[in-house]
Amino acid sequence: MSEPFRTDVIVVGGGIMGAAAAFFLRRRGKSVALIERALIGQQASGTNFGNVRRQGRFLRQLPLANRSRDIWGRLNELIGEDAEFLASGHLRVTYDDEMTARIETYARDALPYGLDLQIIGGNRLRERFPFLGPEVRAGSYAPHDGHANPRLAAPAFGRAARREGASVFERTEIVAVERDAGTFRVEAADGRVFRAEQLMIAAGAWGNRLSEQFGEPVPLVTHGPQMAVTEPIPYALEPVLGVSTTKLEETVYFRQVKRGNIVIGGAARGPASADTQRASVKPENTLLQFTQITRVVPALARLNIIRVWSGVESYLPDDIPIMGPSAKVPGLYYAFGFCGHGFQLGPGVGDVMAELISTGQTTTPIEPFAIARFASAPA
Amino acid sequence: MAEPRVIIVGAGPAGVRAAETLVAAGLRPTVVDEGRRDGGQIYRRQPEGFARSSAELYGTEAARAEALHATFDDLRPKIDYRPGHLAWNVADGHLHVVHDGSAEALPFDALIVASGATDRLMPVKGWQHAGVYSLGAAQIALKSQGCAIGRRVVFLGTGPLMQLVAAQYRKAGAQVVALLDTSRLWNQIRALPKLVSRPDVLAKGVGLAASHLLAGTMVRRGVTPVEIFGDADGGVSGVSVRLASGRDLRLACDAVALGYHLRPETQLADLARCDFAFDAATRQFWPVIDEDGRSSVPGIYLAGDGVRTQGADGAEIAGKLAALAVLTDRGRSAPTEQISRLRQQRRAMERFRAGIAEAFPWPHHLAAGLADDTVVCRCEGITAGELRSVVHDKGADEMNRAKALSRVGMGRCQGRYCGHAAAEVVAAATQLSPAVVGRLRGQAPVKPLAIRTRRAAP
Ligand SMILES: Cc1cc2nc3c(=O)[nH]c(=O)nc-3n(C[C@H](O)[C@H](O)[C@H](O)COP(=O)(O)OP(=O)(O)OC[C@H]3O[C@@H](n4cnc5c(N)ncnc54)[C@H](O)[C@@H]3O)c2cc1C
Ligand SMILES: Cc1cc2nc3c(=O)[nH]c(=O)nc-3n(C[C@H](O)[C@H](O)[C@H](O)COP(=O)(O)OP(=O)(O)OC[C@H]3O[C@@H](n4cnc5c(N)ncnc54)[C@H](O)[C@@H]3O)c2cc1C
Repeated sequence: MSEPFRTDVIVVGGGIMGAAAAFFLRRRGKSVALIERALIGQQASGTNFGNVRRQGRFLRQLPLANRSRDIWGRLNELIGEDAEFLASGHLRVTYDDEMTARIETYARDALPYGLDLQIIGGNRLRERFPFLGPEVRAGSYAPHDGHANPRLAAPAFGRAARREGASVFERTEIVAVERDAGTFRVEAADGRVFRAEQLMIAAGAWGNRLSEQFGEPVPLVTHGPQMAVTEPIPYALEPVLGVSTTKLEETVYFRQVKRGNIVIGGAARGPASADTQRASVKPENTLLQFTQITRVVPALARLNIIRVWSGVESYLPDDIPIMGPSAKVPGLYYAFGFCGHGFQLGPGVGDVMAELISTGQTTTPIEPFAIARFASAPA
Repeated sequence: MAEPRVIIVGAGPAGVRAAETLVAAGLRPTVVDEGRRDGGQIYRRQPEGFARSSAELYGTEAARAEALHATFDDLRPKIDYRPGHLAWNVADGHLHVVHDGSAEALPFDALIVASGATDRLMPVKGWQHAGVYSLGAAQIALKSQGCAIGRRVVFLGTGPLMQLVAAQYRKAGAQVVALLDTSRLWNQIRALPKLVSRPDVLAKGVGLAASHLLAGTMVRRGVTPVEIFGDADGGVSGVSVRLASGRDLRLACDAVALGYHLRPETQLADLARCDFAFDAATRQFWPVIDEDGRSSVPGIYLAGDGVRTQGADGAEIAGKLAALAVLTDRGRSAPTEQISRLRQQRRAMERFRAGIAEAFPWPHHLAAGLADDTVVCRCEGITAGELRSVVHDKGADEMNRAKALSRVGMGRCQGRYCGHAAAEVVAAATQLSPAVVGRLRGQAPVKPLAIRTRRAAP
């Protein structure tokens, strides 16, 4: 058998979390093996909607989201590639007074975290965003949020990590992880072995399959957010739009990319399987999106969609991720289960995890995401 | 036993014969076609109000066209015919159709997809100019509207359709400047042992080729397309090719009909999750079928040019076989003798198909030679150079990756027209087989779907 491949750190999973972590670990001088089952950014990180949105997030996640937003803003200088990040602004609209009251409360509560939201109602809203439909009552505008291109971001981080000296292994599936004799032994399906002092599991919807091997199972489930895209039209919709509502079918969101296509998501979830690595769009969900997006912007009714898609995303019962050190195994770290919100967080998670792995602590609080919250009572 | 619900997509030769077979067995199938009239591609019926004769429209195939139309007219009261209905998706035992902004989900026990073919295209520098049409589009303009794509037309590409459409244009009074064929005579000669499996069709083909020579039309074989000249205002002004002799030939024209034989329309099969396999002879991925047209997915049957380019007669046979397979699989009595006779006929069709593919080969080698500034994906304006750069600079050695990083195939046609050529560009750049480079994953909708679409009131 050939010698194991040795580095300071192994990162399993080449989504945006793993790829960004590998990049920042290199920046901190650690040698890194980044191991991906297929291609970097091919799963959730490459198929998502592309929202770089902070408003509406769980408040205690905002420090992490802010750190990430800061990186998005200087991504081009940092990694030397363009992932089409656009600080276009993000507008969440409401249809009734109750939700308007909620976005007002959220705006007040988010202010101490540095998120500056403008609540706009009535005529002022329509003057500023004349394309909004008559049902829209008010909006919460986040001037510094925006969107980026998910097809480009994670692969760009992967290439940047490689340029910084990370060893990137694509088409390499890890089947066994263990800690023996004080180091981690990570084995691929083809028998190759990797060894390191520290291990980060960033395997997205497959994360629990690896955490389980360390006795830390988590109740992870998969769903497929439903996406669609229109043919291109002249650029006119600046902010990303979304609906703030408690009714699932009303929760649509959409954005226009600079070259003209409008990307649409929401209204329902579809089936997604970790086993087959496939997620699909239900035809009825596409039709439901049509009804809902034209409530927000009636003029969209004049367009056609040319494609739908979905992706395998992982969710936890409390709708926040697993992020931080293992509760059981020293040197082991997790970052997976991002519950539909991980694209925006990706660069920040990479930065924070690299800080945690190389210094043992983080300047950004991540305690709410500890895996220990799911520790089951001993059998 | 409850009557099985059978849906047929396509009212061309394959779909019509499938419907006829099911009706004869006492079923009432649903026939969905996005066209406003039946007939499919080759026997396309002209819009209401046009009154050209069958002989004018279908030439030597007039009798077959009339027979098919008559069959369909008889079937009309016995089937649920849905003209103008696009099948935009298939999922969970339902075919999703849309008609004039109104969407319905039609449940089925068996689905026969007889969706036909479209042109197989290889880019050439300048093919995005106005006045460049696919051969199919050139023929449709003539058949359904009675108008030609230009006054002085160059035919560039290869395949039987090129020979045919050029003859039809000449007959319609257009000036056929030249037939510039990438295949060589010895391709055709070598394919003869296979082509003789249908001597009548072979004779027609030879006759067509001879008619061009007799008419004094310039015919050049073994050409390498170089460029279609033109500009944004005036459209096409000329074509240049390198001749087999190595000399360059430049011709003036105001329209170009371009095509390299046909490719099956397989999106519905893809959405139904049918298995695909690579066909090394034609260098494309095809749905896997058995000799009757059963796909890998129970309940999904594939017939006609939408799965194998066997031509109109082959499509009629395939349609019948698929319908008989449905009947067999649903436990109805099926005439075994008829089935074995049809299978035998189909084998001849298949042999001929393979012969045509050899006689007019897909010129995959052209992909490697495309200049970097040649547009490959016309919807998105992606050039060969841009595609090669994601291969070389970003390691994209697989089609979906190349698409994700370059936008090739991401536009309105979703790679239906550029997908094969893009795969060849990636294959040439990576030195991998297109079997390894793979194919673009299909997604709904099969064609663009209007956002104003709403569920039909039940
Ligand atoms: C359709 C959709 C829309 C979304 N929209 C948004 C949005 O607008 N904004 C937002 O912020 N978030 C959004 N999300 C969520 C976001 O995409 C994810 O939270 C984020 O990409 C997760 O990144 P990840 O790296 O954890 O996971 P992934 O991108 O899934 O990466 C995990 C990687 O690990 C690899 N892997 C797994 N197991 C192994 C193994 N055993 N060995 C080797 N490799 C392995 C996988 O192949 C995969 O590439 C959306 C998600 C989807 C699916
Ligand atoms: C332009 C052109 C010219 C041709 N000329 C000849 C020729 O001269 N001789 C010859 O032998 N072959 C010719 N062919 C090949 C020809 O396609 C077949 O011979 C014959 O028409 C195949 O019959 P079919 O029933 O398989 O498909 P088609 O006749 O193509 O019928 C398919 C039908 O399905 C419908 N359809 C497809 N997808 C959908 C959908 N998603 N929803 C609803 N409806 C759908 C289409 O509207 C069409 O009516 C030609 C092909 C093309 C493209």
